[in-house]
Amino acid sequence: MTTATIAGSQVELNDEGFFEDPEQWTEDMVPELAANEDIHELDDKHWQVIRFMRQEYFAHGTGPTVRALGKTSGVSVKELYQLFPKGPAKIAARIAGIPKPKGCI
Amino acid sequence: MDLSTHKVSIIVSQGSLEGIYPALIMANGARAEGMEANLFFTFFGLDAVHRQRHEHIKISTVGNPGLHMATWAGGLPGVSSVMTHYMERKMEALDIPSIPEFIEMISDTGAGLYACQASVDLFGLTKDDLIDQVEGIITVGDFYEMAVDGHIIYT
Repeated sequence: MTTATIAGSQVELNDEGFFEDPEQWTEDMVPELAANEDIHELDDKHWQVIRFMRQEYFAHGTGPTVRALGKTSGVSVKELYQLFPKGPAKIAARIAGIPKPKGCI
Repeated sequence: MDLSTHKVSIIVSQGSLEGIYPALIMANGARAEGMEANLFFTFFGLDAVHRQRHEHIKISTVGNPGLHMATWAGGLPGVSSVMTHYMERKMEALDIPSIPEFIEMISDTGAGLYACQASVDLFGLTKDDLIDQVEGIITVGDFYEMAVDGHIIYT
């Protein structure tokens, strides 16, 4: 576990860079968290996915996998990989301040 | 860990349901981790990307001790279809996509799908017999060029 300063606030991250406590996350951290993932311009679709990730996490206790995102977020699998080329569910979870989504498919 | 500089090449050589799904899950999972992934369909594995056959992939019920049924029973007419239907229902309940849907999704993730030249020749197939997501029919040499510096998984 490490402590990082994001948008002026201290947050706790696990070894893979996911938030230990999603409650420590605030929306103003998103640009910096995204930049850490090599995403320097955030459009509405990025935000749609990021908010959806949090919504699903708080509703179900885990964030959605890529397949679930493609089916339910309103953003297609193809677009998801354009928005988050290094893995949509994984990267969006890091930016959304939630743990890594569980699931094999 | 950033896996985006890693690559995996997965060879699908079997035409049974249990031979195809693991390869698809591995490819999809690799892309979800940001890895580059390519799938190579060879021999009976070509059925997974065959236009007419990919919707009719069956479980192998003969010589499959994992099913825990008598070998003679597995060969009875219709047993493979019944077992496949049973498995598909269980998969549907878990929201595991069908093979055609899964392959389409994997293609959408940016993974490459390729057919083996020698197998296509052997079975007398052409590109038109294969689904649109197949990007090309390639030789073993092309495969190694594409797979270089990555991991290779054979299923």
